[in-house]
Amino acid sequence: MSETTPAITQATLVKKAAPKSDYKPADVSPQRRVQRSFAVRLWSVRHSRLLEWFYARFSDTFLLLHPLWKRIGYGRVEGPIKFVERRVKGFMFDCRMCGQCILSSTGMSCPMNCPKQLRNGPCGGVRANGNCEVEPDMPCVWVKAWEGSRNMVHGDKILDVQKPVDQSLRETSAWLRVTAQAAAAREAARNSANPGALA
Amino acid sequence: MIGRQPDENPAGIHLPLDPLPGHTSRGRLERVLRRGEFAVTTELNPPDSADPEDVYNRAKIFDGWVDAINAVDASGANCHMSSVGICALLTRMGYAPIMQIACRDRNRIAIQGDVLGGAAMGVANMLCLTGDGVQAGDQPGAKPVFDLDCMSLLETCRIMRDNGKFLSGRKLTTPPQLFLGAAINPFAPPIDFRPYRLGKKIAAGAQFVQSQYCFDVPMFRTYMQQVRDLGFTEKCFILCGVGPLASAKTAKWIRSNVPGIHIPDSIVKRLEGAQDQKKEGKQLCIDIINEVKEIPGVSGVHVMAYRQEEYVAEIVDESGVLKGRQPWKREIRRDDQLVAERLDHILHDEITETQVDMVKTAH
Repeated sequence: MSETTPAITQATLVKKAAPKSDYKPADVSPQRRVQRSFAVRLWSVRHSRLLEWFYARFSDTFLLLHPLWKRIGYGRVEGPIKFVERRVKGFMFDCRMCGQCILSSTGMSCPMNCPKQLRNGPCGGVRANGNCEVEPDMPCVWVKAWEGSRNMVHGDKILDVQKPVDQSLRETSAWLRVTAQAAAAREAARNSANPGALA
Repeated sequence: MIGRQPDENPAGIHLPLDPLPGHTSRGRLERVLRRGEFAVTTELNPPDSADPEDVYNRAKIFDGWVDAINAVDASGANCHMSSVGICALLTRMGYAPIMQIACRDRNRIAIQGDVLGGAAMGVANMLCLTGDGVQAGDQPGAKPVFDLDCMSLLETCRIMRDNGKFLSGRKLTTPPQLFLGAAINPFAPPIDFRPYRLGKKIAAGAQFVQSQYCFDVPMFRTYMQQVRDLGFTEKCFILCGVGPLASAKTAKWIRSNVPGIHIPDSIVKRLEGAQDQKKEGKQLCIDIINEVKEIPGVSGVHVMAYRQEEYVAEIVDESGVLKGRQPWKREIRRDDQLVAERLDHILHDEITETQVDMVKTAH
């Protein structure tokens, strides 16, 4: 065994080489380099209850507009809605456009910001100060999610086991998908209530 | 058969055991735990070599002291022999490996294939992990996959076992028979979420869990209290992770460099004050085992003695957790031994008998 000589790993080589050059990229993962501030994201978590209330009204409005979406065509309306959704959710939650939003189950803290993209809770590597294992200066997404969920009325949705991400839904609008699904469910419920209506 | 060990298939040590009612796997670990015995598991330090003997030599020192051996899947994101490879070698020799599956390196297609392959080789226990980030290991430039997370991985394995289907819904001709495990870390924030997270893992399919290194027994006791109050100890076997610390310096290094391991100051102080720090580290581990084994709901210990594997036997022996029970041990079977003795007699004893002599002795 190499008990006598300390093991030289790639990580140590990289770290040793780092100070020798003037150019030092931030010691973070590539996805984090694009933005460094968590202020808005953390505000959203602090106001998770307000946002939960707002989201409920918002999705009702969207569902109310279902006939409009249907008339224009969901495919045609996807582009502009996605444009708005990406910017709004990007600003509020640092949204990654996974296309299957579960913010209401995760205390308004987007789980796709976790470097491991965990959707079911924190990993075992959370630092004692509540920061991320991979990115030491970022507060753990799931520590925040737990805090946020405690403020919410339906916060216990955090205890549901989430399915793995469907990567084929990336870069699609979650708002429209949820609306279309809710409309379909409403239709199905109406049809089962009075089966003669279709005929 | 005389002298046959419990939990061994008479037709061959490498074969799965007979199915038992209420058991989901045909392995030894599930039997030990369901019988209510205090289980001991350990971790094999995976070799950086292509020599099977390296694996066998490292497994040999656990013989007769542990109920199952974890085959780690590039732990700490450091590259080693794969867990599937180690399991293939260990099952051939009759050991009960726990195949660790980390979500870091493989997507759902590869993982489901490995679950089937592992089960076909006779792996009865699988431990579903998220895995450390690639930044922790020797190849920080690698692409992190994390297609599934530990929870959806558990659910995937459970669906394959119970519904006989892939995640896609496609049918399996023979579903794998597995005892599913997961990891818990009661020592990392958010502390009050951790017991509920265990509940989620149980809902996803966990039947046993191994904890992160426990150095803070009061903290673990509080966690276990919460877990008992939620009724999880009846649904899941909890194995507490323990291990010897080589020195106070190692403890400090681990504390600041290895994510998710919580070492209180009192432990570091105790090590610093000792004459022989290595011996004290071992004693500390034994003391912790003696404390945690008394906590209601703890079904066993998981001894992780990285690079101090030779201490596992001593630790298990001195803590007396087995209560005189001897876990399965690879040994020559009685009939084989008989054949070997006869063969030895025929080959080496100087008997030259002629037919004339035989006639003489007959009269």
